Amino acid sequence: MPPIIKVQGLGKQYRIGSDGSAYSTLREALVNRLRSPMSGAKRRNSEDQKIWALRDVSFEVNPGEVVGIIGRNGAGKSTLLKILSRVTEPTAGRVELHGRVGSLLEVGTGFHPELSGRENIYLNGAVLGMSRAEITRKFDDIVAFSEVGKFIDTPVKRYSSGMYVRLAFAVAAYLEPEILLVDEVLAVGDAGFQRKCLDRMKDVGRRGRTVLFVSHNMPAVTRLCDRTILLDEGTIVQDDLSHKVVGSYLKSGLGTMAARVWDENSKAPGNEIVRLCAVRVRTDDGRVTDAIDIRRSVGIEMEFEVLKPGHVLLPNIHVTNEEGVLVFIAGENDPMWQRTPRPAGRFTSTAWIPGNYFSEGTIIIGAAVSTMDPVTIHFFERDAVAFQVIDKLEGDSARGDYAGPFPGVVRPMLRWTTRGPEIKTESAANEEIAR
Amino acid sequence: MTSETFSTTVPAETNQNDPGGNERLPPPDRPVVIIEASKSWVSLRLGDLWSHRELLYFLTWRDVKVRYKQTLLGAAWAILQPLMTMLIFTLLFGKLAGIKSDGLPYPIFAYGGLLIWTFFANSVTNSSNSLVGSAHLITKIYFPRMIVPASAVAAGLVDLALAFLLQIGLMIYYGVHASWALLMVLPLIVLTTMLALGVGMWLSALNVKYRDVRYAIPFLIQLWMFASPIIYPVSMLSTKWQWVLTLNPLTGIIQNFRIALFGNQPFNWKSLSISVAITTIVLVYSSYSFRRMERHFADIV
Repeated sequence: MPPIIKVQGLGKQYRIGSDGSAYSTLREALVNRLRSPMSGAKRRNSEDQKIWALRDVSFEVNPGEVVGIIGRNGAGKSTLLKILSRVTEPTAGRVELHGRVGSLLEVGTGFHPELSGRENIYLNGAVLGMSRAEITRKFDDIVAFSEVGKFIDTPVKRYSSGMYVRLAFAVAAYLEPEILLVDEVLAVGDAGFQRKCLDRMKDVGRRGRTVLFVSHNMPAVTRLCDRTILLDEGTIVQDDLSHKVVGSYLKSGLGTMAARVWDENSKAPGNEIVRLCAVRVRTDDGRVTDAIDIRRSVGIEMEFEVLKPGHVLLPNIHVTNEEGVLVFIAGENDPMWQRTPRPAGRFTSTAWIPGNYFSEGTIIIGAAVSTMDPVTIHFFERDAVAFQVIDKLEGDSARGDYAGPFPGVVRPMLRWTTRGPEIKTESAANEEIAR
Repeated sequence: MTSETFSTTVPAETNQNDPGGNERLPPPDRPVVIIEASKSWVSLRLGDLWSHRELLYFLTWRDVKVRYKQTLLGAAWAILQPLMTMLIFTLLFGKLAGIKSDGLPYPIFAYGGLLIWTFFANSVTNSSNSLVGSAHLITKIYFPRMIVPASAVAAGLVDLALAFLLQIGLMIYYGVHASWALLMVLPLIVLTTMLALGVGMWLSALNVKYRDVRYAIPFLIQLWMFASPIIYPVSMLSTKWQWVLTLNPLTGIIQNFRIALFGNQPFNWKSLSISVAITTIVLVYSSYSFRRMERHFADIV
């Protein structure tokens, strides 16, 4: 089968003006023209810095493939999607798309707060490229998926943010082009709805649609995509099976890693009350590592600085596996700080997760500090650190001597008790003969 | 399904260095889109525009709906605006200044001109600001950008239709007899729409690039009003200078619009032809100019 998406030598150059603004004022244009009438345009160019947001990117996608695109901020992911969705033009190169393209760079594009849910379904559908007949046909399904029910004729400005997002995603979920481009839209709504969206995406892929999925959410990428492209500084670094690419991305330090430190000057997660300083993964003998033996316990160390004293703070970790399954959330339970407002200064809290607990694979840790009364999240760094859980197959882990695939979210070493017919040992048998 | 191309290049071009190119031809029912940096020569891609006509309808419908939904008087505003202006003009210019009105009662004379003018002025203003106001759409979704200023103009047509109802009422009140000339109203409105689209589209694109355009528009609109025969008839100027006024495409439109309504004299085909010619030039220039600027919209808006 011929590829459905063919990208050859794609490049996009942005001009960053000397004053940092993209658009110019009429005065500026006129003044430049007057100053050097012969080279008005050139003059501006020389003052400007040009950067390649995307450079020499080539790849092909076959029909029915679900491809993830990952990379840190500014790697060119969104630029690539914008070119493919024709929002912006490339500077160089060429793209061939064989099919209708639907792009979801944002949910709720074109939603108008004054209009009712019903009206917005039609408006948003049209914006996303659906025909009126198509929207009418899918209308009931969209309403059912969104779970907004009887509020369908209420202006969306009266919706809760959850309802708004659900309705917006519902329209997008019923977009059925041959090629679907998705950018981070799954980072919306509550956990239950996110799961529903992920399932829907997976479903779309299964029914032979081609999906390009840009995300920071590594678990979602490995779960949804068979293949992943890793971008860095506008070029393709790796293009392979998702778990390999995600694995090397996490390990390379391009993404998350075993230790992350935010110094005073960097944009650390936090607010005026508390600031995250570092998160580290430690073995039981204190080493920082990104590879943990499945049998050993692992410590998640969170270092944070209280900037404003007098608040009861609860550091907590969110543990997710590579399939995007939230394994557990755990909050600090040191009785000393349960109800005691914290003074200003640095704190280091470590959560010890026992050995023989996780399955093999990548574990991603989100770090947060919250206050329970009233519920406030001071910060939540979603993919703070990550590590690999490794089973060395030495026979004393929960998998025993079995070396094949071993699914499951956790892999506890359980205490088994067994009852059955007595086995006659040699001495017992001898005794019987003697009698 | 239609085959649409994003640039002027045909897909067959790639098959040159590829002897097996045949098998890479797409399945027949799938549209092929080629994305490339556009050449300096731009095409209008009217087919692309046509395939997005439903979006034009929905955006227009949104503009109209939102405008009438929130306000207490709703649709009444469409009538109130030209009506109030007409009353003020009648008082100031008709009664106090005693401006002649081609033998018609001044109120219907003024209202006839204001009908076209209010539509034109609102459409140009709204469409000029439309692209910047739709930044969230432009940076997220592809569609022919012309739809945005076009829908702003189209939404104005609804107001025009409502305001026209009062015109009919006024004509009955003043005992003006309609004639076959009334049939010209529609083509003249189409011409005004084209002109508003041409001017609005160009200004909207310019507004994306140069944000000070927004401040120049109210001033421009005000000047344009005084340069159009709304308050006064063309006949007020000496015959020697009337041609200067006809260079304003709105002159021919408003002049003939009144004739169509009141049937008080034969159509002025000369001024109308000039209007048609200038409107065509403006629309064609503005479309190409819009297409050329369009490719940077998402990057700078």
